[in-house]
Amino acid sequence: MTNSKNEMISAGDGSPKMTTRNVNVFYGDKQAINDVSIDVNMDNVTAFIGPSGCGKSTFLRCLNRMNDTIPIAKVTGEITLEGEDIYSPTMDVVQLRARVGMVFQKPNPFPKSIYDNVAYGPRIHGLAAGKDELDNIVETSLQRAGLWGEVKDRLLDSGTALSGGQQQRLCIARAIAVDPEVILMDEPCSALDPIATAKIEELIHEIRGRYAIVIVTHNMQQAARVSQRTAFFHLGTLVEYGETSEIFTNPTETQTRDYITGRYG
Amino acid sequence: MNSPTITDMERRPTEWQGVEMQKRIKRRYASERRFKALGLAAILMSAGFLAFLLIVMMSNGFRGFTQTELPLEIDFPAATGGASASQFEGQNGLANMQSMGLQDIVNNSIEIQYGADGKDLFSSGGWTAVGSEILNNPDMVEQKTIIYLPVDAALDVAYKSDGNEEAEARVEQLGDQLSTGFNWNFLISSDATDPMQVGIWGALKGSLITMFITLLLAFPVGVLAALYLEEYAPKNRITDLIEVSINNLAAVPSIIFGLLGLAVFLNLFGLPRSAALVGGLTLALMTMPVIVISGRNAVKSVPPSIREAALGIGASPLQVVFHHVLPLALPGILTGTIIGMARALGETAPLLMIGMRAFIATPPDGVTAPATVLPVQIFLWSDEVNRGFVEKTSAAIIVLLLFLLTMNALAIYLRNRFETRW
Amino acid sequence: MTSTTLLLLVFGMGAIAWFFGRLKAAGLRSAASSPKRALHSLPNYHGWYVALWAIIPALLFVTVWNIVSPSLITEAALTSPAAQQLPQEGFARGTILSEARSIAYGNQSNAFNPLSRTMVGPYEEAISYYQTIGALAALLLVFACGAFAWLRIKPDLRARTKIERVTMMALLIASLIAIVTTVGIFLSLVFETARFFSMVSPIDFLFGTEWNPKAVAGPRGETGFGAIPLFWGTVFIGAIIAMIVAIPLGLMSAVYLTQYAPPRFRAWMKPILEVLAGVPTVVYGYFAALTVAPALRDFAVSIGIAGASSESALAAGLVMGIMIIPFVSSMADDSIAAVPSAMRDGSLAMGATKSETIKKVLIPAALPGVVGGVLLAVSRAIGETMIVVMAAGLAANMTANPFSSVTTVTTQIVKLLTGDQEFDSPKTLAAFALGLVLFIVTLLLNLIALRVVKKYREAYE
Repeated sequence: MTNSKNEMISAGDGSPKMTTRNVNVFYGDKQAINDVSIDVNMDNVTAFIGPSGCGKSTFLRCLNRMNDTIPIAKVTGEITLEGEDIYSPTMDVVQLRARVGMVFQKPNPFPKSIYDNVAYGPRIHGLAAGKDELDNIVETSLQRAGLWGEVKDRLLDSGTALSGGQQQRLCIARAIAVDPEVILMDEPCSALDPIATAKIEELIHEIRGRYAIVIVTHNMQQAARVSQRTAFFHLGTLVEYGETSEIFTNPTETQTRDYITGRYG
Repeated sequence: MNSPTITDMERRPTEWQGVEMQKRIKRRYASERRFKALGLAAILMSAGFLAFLLIVMMSNGFRGFTQTELPLEIDFPAATGGASASQFEGQNGLANMQSMGLQDIVNNSIEIQYGADGKDLFSSGGWTAVGSEILNNPDMVEQKTIIYLPVDAALDVAYKSDGNEEAEARVEQLGDQLSTGFNWNFLISSDATDPMQVGIWGALKGSLITMFITLLLAFPVGVLAALYLEEYAPKNRITDLIEVSINNLAAVPSIIFGLLGLAVFLNLFGLPRSAALVGGLTLALMTMPVIVISGRNAVKSVPPSIREAALGIGASPLQVVFHHVLPLALPGILTGTIIGMARALGETAPLLMIGMRAFIATPPDGVTAPATVLPVQIFLWSDEVNRGFVEKTSAAIIVLLLFLLTMNALAIYLRNRFETRW
Repeated sequence: MTSTTLLLLVFGMGAIAWFFGRLKAAGLRSAASSPKRALHSLPNYHGWYVALWAIIPALLFVTVWNIVSPSLITEAALTSPAAQQLPQEGFARGTILSEARSIAYGNQSNAFNPLSRTMVGPYEEAISYYQTIGALAALLLVFACGAFAWLRIKPDLRARTKIERVTMMALLIASLIAIVTTVGIFLSLVFETARFFSMVSPIDFLFGTEWNPKAVAGPRGETGFGAIPLFWGTVFIGAIIAMIVAIPLGLMSAVYLTQYAPPRFRAWMKPILEVLAGVPTVVYGYFAALTVAPALRDFAVSIGIAGASSESALAAGLVMGIMIIPFVSSMADDSIAAVPSAMRDGSLAMGATKSETIKKVLIPAALPGVVGGVLLAVSRAIGETMIVVMAAGLAANMTANPFSSVTTVTTQIVKLLTGDQEFDSPKTLAAFALGLVLFIVTLLLNLIALRVVKKYREAYE
């Protein structure tokens, strides 16, 4: 065990977009996350890795308060977005989630048309003044998600009729459409085939820098390919957090080394 | 991936703290609260309807269990010319009573005490109550006795709530002489033309006999069919047809079963009209699909490992089912059966079709005797013009609801008590 | 001997047969050198084998005899001298005979018609004669078949296999009863309807707008069997008014219970809603007629609506809607629960509020299921009888005024079959034609609804 987990970890270059300090998560009596402090940077893709059940997804869901939907979940500690505590009573969950978007493990397009899927966020938040602007947002978002070319002629088809990889890119486009500051991705490729996975990874490269991206994955090659910084979780604790290249070539912790070299996980 | 040519203008960052946006968010939260309140209102309204219905029935119905009485003094020694108590004891009591001319004695006493039109004050069948009093306590014929008799229906209504002017005036006039007593008669007698004399026992007994027949037929058939469909049925067209039939029967309007009963049981087979047997048969056809469907779910929830274990030690497929699956599924099947029976107990329409709406003044004493059932009795009374029937109808409804409530509570208890534990 | 005692006797002899069968098998078993290998089946099964042989043929015989003997009895009674005085005309003759029969069977104590009394004697004689024959034959059959089976008990008799085969047959027969019932319903309705259509043209019936059924045709040949006003009344009450009440209340209740309610509240309110579905329809009918209808009429009169009646479409529809609420709400509950939670999370993660998620994602996604549920509810509502019989009235009006009285298919079925039923009059037969229409419509609604719901379920699996 290192002492790093309790100290502030420098976020590399630039000011941190989100910070977490001493975050604990409880499900009823069971502690799922133990004292995690991490900074998320604007210019970087941050990857959370670790064996299944290590709490990386749980922690990710704290960042936009999706854990609120689970009645028995309790979060303590401090999580800030641009210096503002997101668990403070004055924080508006609805706004928070618009600013911190999320892409889920399984593609979950709404059973609506492709257009309506992407337009859903801008509509509920009132981000577009008129039809033209909304059209524009939909087109831009689909373009950024690399889906425009494939669907521009059938925007009114159902979103559920697309292939798995296309559905996931639609979900990314849907998240982008709200113009979030942070995008959380919870194992976005685990339900996809390798070709679709490659496309998503390419997409992450494209949009990186525009949004702070946090990606949970249990595929270490993926973490190595897409991220600049990597956090390794084990049994609800943060074991190591640092430059991806460092973590994968020269980890400080033996646990990390064992995991990366495939000794368990 | 075809590299996206991002042609758009750079989007301005959304101003979440802007006045417009804040206003909009306030509006959205307001609409959220409205929606939630709407949901709560809907459910409270539904529950409110139930409460209102129950309160209306209760407030009317409790009066149905009471009756208004007037005291009547009968000078038996004078009226009978000195009858002795021993005459009305033992086996000959009833015969001697009938030969005594009790109705005249009562009527004369009424005339003495309340004048020539005093008869109108009392319920016309009230004198029979005197008869049963004497049989219970023969000593009373040797002395002057005061007996409380039920009053006329109009007077009863006027005393309990508000009746017509004439009756109200009478009530005013009689004042303290009127009193309220528990209407035992309501629980032990049958239908009558005078609301003061009616009772539910006849209908209740009819319901019990009908339900017995329904259970006797629907339960074994339903359980066997459920076992067959879930455990043995091969995947073929006949099985499909059976499944479609059962799902369809569960949704057929109940009145159609009545038409079936009329056309087949009465016209084709020539079974007697108004009989509990036919009612039970008809309701059994209605209840059977309910039992099959709930039975199948119960059988399905028995884990396959138990079947495999039994087969593994050499039990035949039939032994597996009857020794292991059925006992484990039984609580579930019983729950479904009780619910189906409760539905049958409240059913009216199909029984009207097969003639169980007759005026039945004596409780049925067999499966083929003319009978009626509680819900039909309620329907018949609800049609009566005499206002005295209003509270009797509600009182009968209370009795019916009590039965249904008990059955449903039993079903819920069974479900919770024997909830599958694997 | 009544048929009840006969049945008891048959079952009693069956029990004895079981005992002897078991005894013989047990004897064979203990006589054998190696008891475990002595018999193919356990002695119990041999007992059942003999008992079933004893009972089943006898029961079949009793059933057949009960169907055949009434006509034999009538035949015998008619040959008696007393029968010569009976009127030849069909109806009067039938009444007298049926009265005499029910007196002879002890269902009725005294006769209204003096002629019936003279027939009681011959009837009683014939009944006791044929009952004795039937009982003797049945008992003989029990004995003969039981003895036959008993003699067949040998060590290698595969009694268990045979018993299992019989049980399997019983299971199959029990399942087939559902088909028989469906076919029975369909045939009896079609048969009587065909007779009705031989008297009244189907076109007049299905498209006629005047409902005023008479036993005989009017002066211009009109019979008043135009069922359109009935269909309208049924749709107006069951599919329009009741649904206007039930859909919003049921849907919103389901939404609140599944999405907002604290668990304790849900645990209490769900059973309370279910109680609404458990209240017998006759109670709803009485409630509608006694409380709701007068209140609505007074209200309509006070705001000056013409044609307000004490039996109104609104009263019946309103109360029927309340009855349907739990039905709609439980269907909606199931459909919303079947929407994958990923869908809900997806919307919440976009920053949608709960109500926006419900309105824009959950309900649209659950819509096919909800629509299926509503179709089932409509089919339930149009088949509902007691509420409309007691509260909707009998006037066949074609009106859209909810305060006026309309009549429905089920009301008219009840009315047509109340009182004298004559199975050669179009008035009585019309009830079966209406029943057939109702049966077909509810069947179609159910089939469509189940298909919609099934498709919807598959979409999320």
